[in-house]
Order: sequence, then structure tokens, then C-alpha cells
Amino acid sequence: MFAGENGPQEDPRLKAISDAIRVVPHFPKPGIMFQDITTLLLDHKAFKDTVDIFVDRYRDMGVSVVAGVEARGFMFGPSIALAIGAKFVPLRKPRKLPGEKIFEAYELEYGTDCLEMHIGAVKPGERAIVIDDLVATGGTLSAAIRLLERVGAEVVECACVIGLPEVKGHHRLNGKPLYILVEPRQ
Amino acid sequence: MAAQGDQDPRIARISSAIRVIPDFPKKGIMFQDITTLLLDTKAFRDTIDLFVERYRDKDISVVAGVEARGFIFGPPIALALGAKFVPLRKPKKLPGEVISEEYSLEYGTDKIEMHVGAVQPGERALVIDDLIATGGTLCAAIKLLERVGVHVVECACVIELPELKVCIPIISNTNMLSEL
Repeated sequence: MFAGENGPQEDPRLKAISDAIRVVPHFPKPGIMFQDITTLLLDHKAFKDTVDIFVDRYRDMGVSVVAGVEARGFMFGPSIALAIGAKFVPLRKPRKLPGEKIFEAYELEYGTDCLEMHIGAVKPGERAIVIDDLVATGGTLSAAIRLLERVGAEVVECACVIGLPEVKGHHRLNGKPLYILVEPRQ
Repeated sequence: MAAQGDQDPRIARISSAIRVIPDFPKKGIMFQDITTLLLDTKAFRDTIDLFVERYRDKDISVVAGVEARGFIFGPPIALALGAKFVPLRKPKKLPGEVISEEYSLEYGTDKIEMHVGAVQPGERALVIDDLIATGGTLCAAIKLLERVGVHVVECACVIELPELKVCIPIISNTNMLSEL
């Protein structure tokens, strides 16, 4: 669900969060309007509000794991984890994590990529959320959900700052709820 | 300088929460894995608190974090200090206009990049990374920030390796803080 779907009850913080995100045309290639969250990170109030909205949502859900997708999920996930008293688990590109890990492949527009998680980071029965800055096709988040479920965790929800229109109205990804703050701007 | 002198009681737990992985990424390297620290909610909280306590009255407006593990520690510190968070990234990750600084590796070179306009001249900055080894990456980060007129108050790392071969001319102008 989009956080802004409540109409007149829309959280007043969302507009400033949306306005703080910069659109960079034709990056990484022509035709893509890249949603750049680095400008959000420069706006202390908007960045804090972003984290606070997620924290308010998850603090009473018994979540013990916040899994963040490399690299922009690392910018949001740890602050949320610290505030709700959860572990932070980085989900990384191949060959970055040392020690024993499991991996999950996912489709790109051309080819595949892979996400890895440490073995032992998450215990069976733990309740987890997955964080990334943006969801487009949902391929990466789906891989993240599969990784966590393979070790017996329950994925409570996937949370993203920005959700592309393709996911609006879907509300669920792999059967898991999706929570998104804002839509992309043009 | 390490924070160890009159060691804060929180440091022992932080230190023991870090896992050492032998021979990663190659033989002979004892890799300091901070991911286990992130699983210990109290130790992770204490790590952030130690940095925040040190910097809260130092008028810091910028926390620059080095990709990727600096992205884990930097934002919580920035949020607590009321500062901006600025990611310093590997090449071609940041969209829009960037400036870059090259640095030496054991074999070859690498580059870090920062957005043009992220920081203003005169701002006071911290640079954060999980670990300092030779200091090559941190030196590049300092140079990037100084090139745009920022004053780097300190570089802060969770871990400092004992065999430190620091790029002395740059580091001696700023203070190093590490917790182990």
C-alpha cells in the first residue's frame, strides 16, 4: 500500500519527503528518470521523517530483523533497526560478505544478479522486514523474501521509500505486503 | 588515537561482537566482519552512541560515509547529530554531476565519488567507515571534501588495524578516532 492512500488523512510529512527526492533524467541509460534519494539524505528533517514513519509503523509488530538491500537499503535500514530494537542484516551483492552465506538469483532486464545473506544471521521464526530505497519490478525484493524464508524467517512486510507505478495497486509481492511512502516524480 | 585509554565499558562488548574471518578475501588476511556487531542490538546502539556523544557539540553539519559499510554507521550518526548524510561512492553509482578522487590499492587504483553540491564550503564534516587499514580510502575522502572547501573535523572508524601505514601528510592534519 502507498502511505499516501489515506486521502485527507495523508501524512503531512510525505510531501516534503517527495519534494526532497531529485529526479535525474537518462540515468543510468536514456529513457530512465532516476529517482535520486541522496538529496533526501541532505534534508535532515525529511530524512528523519522518513525513518520515523517506518519506525512508527513497525515498532509494535514484533519485528526482530531489518534486512536492507545493498547499497541504498543500508542508508535507511540501520536507523529503523536501532529505533525498533531489531538486528540489521545486510543483503549484499556477490562476494562481499565473508564467511558462510546463502544466495538467491534474480532476473534483470538483461541477465541475472544475485543477493547473498549470512548463514546464522537470522533464526527460524524471526519476524523480518525488508528495506530498499525503491521498488520497480520487485525482482530484488522477491529474492530478498526468498532468502529470509529459506532460513525460516517470516517476512512481515517489504518497505520502500519510492514505488514505481507498476506496483501501485498490487499491494503484495510474493504474497507479502508492500509498504511505500511516495510515487516517483517526473 | 584510539578511544581505548580509559576504556569506555561499552567498548569490550563492541569489540567481542566483531567476528574475525581468516583468509578473506584472500589468504593471510584476517577479515574484521562487523555484520555480527549489527546483530547485537545493544552493541550496535552503543557504537552509534559513542560517536554521537563525541561529536554532538562539535557543530558537525556533514557526515560522509564511505561505500558500503560506511553507509551502515553514518546515517544513524547523522540523524542523531542533525547533520546531512553524504554517501561517498564507487564510480558510476551516483547519478548527476560528481567529483572524484583516485587512490592507490595494493595493485592498481580505485576512485571514490561525491555529488557536486552535496556540501557547501565552510561546512564541518566527519568521515565514517567501518575500518581503517592503510588509510588510502579515508585520505581520498578527506581530499574530496577539502577540494570543495569543507573542513574535515575528524575521521571516525569502528576498527583500526594495528599495522597501520597511514598517508601521514594528510592524516596528520586531522584527528583519527577509532574504537578498537
